[in-house]
Parts: sequence; structure tokens; C-alpha cells
Amino acid sequence: MEPQGEEHNAHHPSPSIWPIGFAVGVACLLVGVIVSRPATIAGAVIAVVFGFLWARDAMAAARHPTEPPVGSEPLPVDGELEDEEIANRYPRNKFLELTTLGLGGVITGIVALPVIGFAVLPAFTNQEYEGVDLGPTDNFPENEWREATFLLEPAQGEVSRRTAFVRYNGQGEDDLPSYTIISNRCVHLGCPVQASGPRNDDEAKTVKTEQAELRVTPILPANYSCPCHGGAYDTEGNRIAGPPVRAMDRYKFGIIDGHLHLLEPYSVGSVEGEGADAKLTAYGLQGPGEHVDGLEAWLYPIQPQDLR
Amino acid sequence: MLETPPRHPPVPPPSRKKTRLTDKVIALVNIPLDWLEERSGLVGGVKYFLFRKVPSDINWFHTLGSATLTAFLVQAGTGVILAMYYQPSPDEAYESIRHITDEVTLGWLVRGMHRWGASVFIILMFFHMARVFLFGAYKYPRELNWIIGILLLVSGMLEGFTGYLLPWDQTAYWATVVGINLNGTGPFVGPLLAQFLRGGDEITGETLTRFYAIHMLLLPGAIFALIGLHLYLVVRLGVSSPPWSPEAAGRDRYEPEPRGPGLVRPTARGRVAR
Repeated sequence: MEPQGEEHNAHHPSPSIWPIGFAVGVACLLVGVIVSRPATIAGAVIAVVFGFLWARDAMAAARHPTEPPVGSEPLPVDGELEDEEIANRYPRNKFLELTTLGLGGVITGIVALPVIGFAVLPAFTNQEYEGVDLGPTDNFPENEWREATFLLEPAQGEVSRRTAFVRYNGQGEDDLPSYTIISNRCVHLGCPVQASGPRNDDEAKTVKTEQAELRVTPILPANYSCPCHGGAYDTEGNRIAGPPVRAMDRYKFGIIDGHLHLLEPYSVGSVEGEGADAKLTAYGLQGPGEHVDGLEAWLYPIQPQDLR
Repeated sequence: MLETPPRHPPVPPPSRKKTRLTDKVIALVNIPLDWLEERSGLVGGVKYFLFRKVPSDINWFHTLGSATLTAFLVQAGTGVILAMYYQPSPDEAYESIRHITDEVTLGWLVRGMHRWGASVFIILMFFHMARVFLFGAYKYPRELNWIIGILLLVSGMLEGFTGYLLPWDQTAYWATVVGINLNGTGPFVGPLLAQFLRGGDEITGETLTRFYAIHMLLLPGAIFALIGLHLYLVVRLGVSSPPWSPEAAGRDRYEPEPRGPGLVRPTARGRVAR
């Protein structure tokens, strides 16, 4: 295959510096995603600017610059045009084509937008967490673990059954009661974490609250472990083995009319110390598998609850 | 000023003595087909679709695509029947599956076909993909058909993911918990995607109905449309030769003459000439 001389060369764009800048921008963006947010933004800006310039360059090369023929007259102004020429400058079929497309687009938008909103928005709105009544505080003696299972939304049935590991730590320094309440949702991928240790089903209590069939079972955990992929946590919820990326989630709590109430769950980076003296880094609730601290936390900038 | 095409010379009336039974039968079959062809061109279209030139040295590996299509049609057919008995609500779903399996006549068979057929469908897709890859059949000019095939593969696997929840038992529930949370770990959009899939913060009955709608309305429609495109490109580009073939792959389709209509050539008077 012989190259076709000039015709072959004619398709090559002229040398350009823009792709290099574009590549630098993309590289900066990708590094920034892991390292820092400002670098991400700077990289994105560089990539967009140089990408635009590159595209403009390429477009200019693709266009065939046509010199106006020598001696051509400037276009006459409207008044001097014949009717036919006006008709050709604004052809009716062009007008009808554009209006059809435009109106069609508007109609499609009017119909489609509410439908898309209906499909997507309900998942993100009206998701308030109502709290759970765990019954009288007497059920949770000091320094003993209890496993409490309850229905988060009784109307949804068994599918909303949740479990929390509860320990009363006694009165704290400021004379306020201290509870360690750990959610059993594994922070790897959401499987149900179990207490590894004896479990006294004989002394399990069924407590009548709004959460139908709330059961409180004494347990003596050496640690907590997950059946799905081998994640393991100590009794404070710190990861000790397996794939989880942070410590177990906990619940805020409140005591209302002598009943222990689970309030909003939150995520925990890591826990130092034990019981009432535990120091932990708390974050808003995140999904399983999402890092809350370290570089990987930058991968999850927007949480669904941020959009409410 | 169109030129009037020359009329066909009138066909001499067939002599009655030569009309045999087989001719009558053939005429009986052809009359409705001719009627259809003259008004729609469908008979010619179907012939064009089915009676294609294929390389002389294709082998059984080339049947994997048709096998995959068959597996999908089995899924579609059995799925429609299952949908007549299945109830996608958290209180009823498990019970209705039990009802289908234990009580509906032959329900165990249809559900079994759908359940095992799902695996067959996915496995055949991978075999078909392996054939296309190893034979180099994805190369020019068939790259676009590879891409459509990938979309089909993704759609098929999403069918598997959404269908797995529908029995609404412990396996289904926890598999979906893990599956959705896997999506949730995706960077940037992961948490939002997981929220959308769940239809909220938690897996509820709405997740079930959502998966049901995606499983039996959205994805099958998409798969049918993609299969249509897939087959269109197969017909347009032809079947590729195996790598060891002396015939060149990707040749133009050979068309001797401007293509006439299919079985018959309709004429202006409605009379048909062969």
C-alpha cells in the first residue's frame, strides 16, 4: 500500500501542544482523587481547558478554510434581497424541522422529568430515622452484654429485624449514664455479625414495646465475628481481622421515661479505651465497605443523607 | 414522467391434466404467503434473514449464539408464566413461591426451568463470548457487535442479580444485602447507587417491588432491543470465518442482482409470476 502522497498527508493534524497539557491534567486529576481535593479540582480544570483547546484545534484543522472567491461581492442587506432569496435564507422546512425537534424535546422533558423524579427521588426523601424503644433500663445490668433484636419498622415485618449489642457502662464521669451500643451490621458488606461466646437463651426476655417481639438475650462475647467473609471485631467494635474497613457502627442513645431508646446510628473510625472511658472518632453513618478516614475516605464525598 | 415498466407477458393457463395433488398443496401454502408478501414484503425479509451465505467451514462453536438466544427465550417464556402466580409483596412473595413450587400443577418444572435456565443463559453467554474472542470475530468490522454483546452480558447479569431477591428468603435477602453494599463501595456514586437500588435507607418491600419491575419489565425490554441490534449486525456483516479458514473473514455480502422480493414477484394486477 503506497501512501497517496499529498492526499494522504492532508489528513494529519498539525503538531499540537494541547494533548500534552490534557494528559497532565488527567494525571493530576487521578493523583488528586487519591491525594487531595484541591489537586483534583486543579487537574480537572487543566484537563477541561486543554481538552477544549485541543478539540478546537482539531476542529479547525478539520474545517476546510475556504477563501472567499476573488471579486465576490459582500452579501446585500435584507432590503435589497429578492423575496426568493429571503425564502432561501430562512427556508420553511428548516424552521419546521427546528420547531418540531424543539417542541418534541419540550414535550419529552415535561413527560419524562416527573417520571424520572418519581423513580429516583423517593429513595432519597422521607428517610427519617424514628428511633427504637429497647424497654426499661433494668434489662441492661452494669458491665454485661445484652443482645437486643427488634423490628426497626414493624410494618415491614421480619425483613426489618435488626440486632444491637448493648452494654451499660455505669455512670460516667459527669454522672450521666454511659452505654456502649453496637450495631451488628458488618461494616464490610452488611452481613449480620454474631457474638462469639456463650449465649444464655434461657434468660432471654421478651420485652413489650412498640418494636414487636423485642428480645433481650444475655451474651458473653469474646469478640464479634461475621459469618460471610470472616470479619472479626473486638468487644469495642474495633476490627481485629478480615476485610472490614473501620470499626463497627454504633447507636446514639437516650433514656426516655426509664426506657432505653436507640437514636440515630453513626459510623466509627476507631475506638481507644473501653466502656465509659472509650475515645472514638465518630462520623455520619456510612454504608458498609466505605472508609471513613484515611485517603480512601475521599472516594465517598457524597452520602445519601447529605442530599436531604 | 416515469417510464411504465413493461408488463409481463400473460402466463398461459396451466393445462388441467398436469395439475397434480402436490401442486395443489404447494399453491395452497403459497397463496397466503403471496398475499402476505405482496402487502408487507415480510416473506422476503424473513428469507433474507434466514437464508444467508455463511462460510463453508463454520463449526458447532458458531451455534453458541443461537443457543444463548434460545436460553433467553426460555427465560422470557417461563418468566411470563411465573409472573402469573408470583406476588411481589413482602408478606406474600415467599408464600407464592412455595405455592408455585408445591401446589401449582407443573409449577416445580417451570420454576426449575427458570431458575436453572438463568445459570444456563449466563454460562452460554460466556461460552459465546469466548468463541468470539478466541476466533477473533470481534475484529473489524464487528467491534460494535462486541460492545452490544457486552451490554447484553451486563443486562443478563443484572437480571440474575434482581431475580435472586424475588424468592424473598434468607439466601435472597442476604445475597441482596451484600450485593447492594458491594455497589455502595463504588467510588463517588456508589453510596447513591446503593440508595437508589434499595429505594431508601433499608431493604424493604419497596426494594422487592423495585427489583421485580426491573427484573421483568426494564431489563427484558432492554435485552430484546439489544438482541435485535445484535442480530441486525450479524445479518448485515455476515458470519465470520474461523481463524484457520482460507476464506477471508468480514467479506462483503455477495449480492448478485438487485434483490427481488422473496418467494414471489408480485405484479400490478395481483397476478403472481414465478
